[in-house]
Amino acid sequence: MTDSSPAPQRRVRVTSPRTGAPRTRRATGTSEIDAQSDVGEIYMSSLLRAQLRLAALVLVAVGVLVAGLPLAFQLFPGLLDIRVLGMPLPWVLLAFAVYPVLLALGWLYVRAAERNERDFTDVVERR
Amino acid sequence: MSAGLGITAVLLVVVATLSIGAYGWRFSRTTSDFFVASRSVRPALNASAIGGEYLSAASFLGVAGLVLAFGTDMLWYPVGWTAGYLVLLVLVAAPLRRSGAYTLPDFAEARLESRSVRGTSSLLVVAVGWLYLMPQFQGAGLSLGTVAGTPPWVGGLLVGAVVLVNVFCGGMRSITFVQAFQYWLKLTALLVPAMFLLLVWGGDGAPSPADAGVVAAGVGGDAWASPLESSSAHPLYTTYSIIVATFLGTMGLPHVVVRFYTNPDGRTARRTTLVVLALLGLFYVLPPVYGALGRLYAPDLLTSGATDTVVLELPARMVGGLGGQLLSALTAAGAFAAFLSTSSGLTIAVAGVISQDVLARRFRGVRSFQAGAVVAVVVPLLLAVSAEGVGVARAVGLAFAVAASTFCPLLVLGIWWRRLTDVGAVTGMLVGGALSGGAVVLTLVDGSMTGWPGALVSQPAAWSVPLAFATMVVVSLLTPSRLPVHVSRTMVRLHTPEAVELDRGPSPLDRSSRGSRRTATSPTR
Repeated sequence: MTDSSPAPQRRVRVTSPRTGAPRTRRATGTSEIDAQSDVGEIYMSSLLRAQLRLAALVLVAVGVLVAGLPLAFQLFPGLLDIRVLGMPLPWVLLAFAVYPVLLALGWLYVRAAERNERDFTDVVERR
Repeated sequence: MSAGLGITAVLLVVVATLSIGAYGWRFSRTTSDFFVASRSVRPALNASAIGGEYLSAASFLGVAGLVLAFGTDMLWYPVGWTAGYLVLLVLVAAPLRRSGAYTLPDFAEARLESRSVRGTSSLLVVAVGWLYLMPQFQGAGLSLGTVAGTPPWVGGLLVGAVVLVNVFCGGMRSITFVQAFQYWLKLTALLVPAMFLLLVWGGDGAPSPADAGVVAAGVGGDAWASPLESSSAHPLYTTYSIIVATFLGTMGLPHVVVRFYTNPDGRTARRTTLVVLALLGLFYVLPPVYGALGRLYAPDLLTSGATDTVVLELPARMVGGLGGQLLSALTAAGAFAAFLSTSSGLTIAVAGVISQDVLARRFRGVRSFQAGAVVAVVVPLLLAVSAEGVGVARAVGLAFAVAASTFCPLLVLGIWWRRLTDVGAVTGMLVGGALSGGAVVLTLVDGSMTGWPGALVSQPAAWSVPLAFATMVVVSLLTPSRLPVHVSRTMVRLHTPEAVELDRGPSPLDRSSRGSRRTATSPTR
C-alpha cells in the first residue's frame, strides 16, 4: 500500500475512539435476548404469548367438542335415541368419531406452533 | 382356551422381547444410552414405543371388561387417555424436551432452582410409579392364571424378571425397540381376532348389544347404552371427574414424561406426540368392540364377575375349533405384551429417579441405574404378591388422579408462568397429592359411602386438581422473594427453537451432576 502511493499521507495520531460517530454494532434479536434487555424480554414474551394463545385455543376446542358431550347428552336426551348406521349416536361419537377429531386438532396445533417458531426465528435473526 | 396354546403364545412374547432387547444391548454403552437412548430416536419409532408403553393392561383388557359391564359411559376412559396426549402435546411436549432434563425431578430442579422441589417430585415419581407397577404385576398374575391355570404370583414374577433382565442389560436403548415391537403386536392381537368376530356377528344378523336382554349382574340394555355414568349417584359429576383425571393425568405419569427426553429436539417431540395420537386412536377403536360383542356372546362373564377376561375368552367362544383357539392365544400374547411394555417403561422411570436421587452417592453411572432398577421392580412385586385384591382398575385410576393433582400443575405452571416459586410448587404438590391420594385410599378402605360424599371421594380429580393449581398460584404470589434467579434464561431454554443460537444457561444435566459431585465430596453433608 505504501509502495504504490507516490506521496505518503500525513500521519494522524488517534488519541481516542470516535465516540461521536454513528455506531455500527449490529444489534440482533438474539443478542438482545442474551443480554436480557427490555427488547429481548419483548421478543420472548411475544413468543410465549403466541404459543399460549394457540394452546388455549386448542384446549377450548377440545373442551367444546369432546368434554362438552356429557353436558350435551344431559341437556338434550333426544340425542341418545338418534341412530347412525344402526348404532346409537353416543356410541358412534365416543367409540369412533372422537379420535379423528383429536388427531385433526393435534395436526393443526403442530402446524401453527411451528409457524409461530419460524416467525420468532425470522424476527430475532434479522440483521 | 387350551392351556398349551396360551402358554406357547406367552412364551413366544417373552422370547421375542428378550431377543429384540438383546439386539439393543449392543448399542448401549454410555449412561446417556441407558437413561434416554442418547436422545436419538426418530418420531415414527419413538411414537410406536410410546404407544407400546402407554397401552397397559387397563387398555388391553380393562376397557373391554368395563364396557361389557357398564356400557357406553366407560368409553370415556379410552377417549380421555387419548385426549390426554393432545393436552400433553399442546402444553408440555416441546418445552419439556427443550428443558434438556433426564427426569421429572431434573426438570423441577432446573426450573425452580431448588433441591426441595426435586426431593418432593422424586418422592411422587416413585409413589405414582409403584402405584402403577403393582396392578401390572397383579394383572399379569390373573391373566396367566386364566390362560394356564398358574397361581397368581407366577405371572407377576415372570413379567418382573423379563423386565429386569432387559432394563438391566440395555436400558432405554433396548427398551425402545422392545416397546415399538409391542405396540404393533398389541394392535395385531386385537385387530385380527376382531375382524373374525365381526364376521361371525354379521353372519348372525348383527343383533344390537343394547337390545339384548342382558341384565344378569351388569346394567340393563337402556342404561348400558346411556353415555352418562350409570353406576354412580351423580353421573354428570363422575363423568367430568374422569375427564379431568385422564385429560390432565397423562402428562404427569412418570413413564410417559421420561419418553420425551429421548426425542432429538422440541420439534420432533411435537411430531412424535402427533403420531402417538394417531396410533392410540387406531388402537382404542378395538377394545369397545370386544366389550359390546361380549354382551351378546359371553353374558355369563357378568355373572361370574370375570369381565376383564372377555378379550381372552371371546375369540375361542365365537369362532370355535382350532381357529378360535389360535385367535384366543393371540389375544393372550397381546395381553402379556401389554404387561411387559408398561412395566418396562415404569421401571425405567422409577429406576432413573432412584438411581439419581438415592443411589448416586454409592454407585456411579450405569451401575447406579441398574441398582435402581432392581429396587424399582422388587418393591411393587412384593406389594402385588402381599396385597392381593386391591383391584387393577382402581390402582390405575388412583395413579391418574394423583398425577393430575401433582405433576400437571407443576408442569403447566412451571412452563407457562414465570412467577411460580419453589415454595408454591412444593405446597401445591403436597396439597394435591394428599387430597387425591387420601380420597382414593379412603374409598379403598371404606367403599360404603354413597350420595355426594361417595361420588366426590371415589373420583377426586374434579376438585383436587383445581385446588392444587390454586394452592400453587396463591402460595407463589405470597412468596415473591423465592422467585428463581435465572427464570428468564430458563424460559429462553424452554420455549425457543433449538436452531436459534441463544444463551440458554447451563444444561440441567451439568447442573445436577455438578450438584451430586459437590454433595459427594463436601464434608458438611
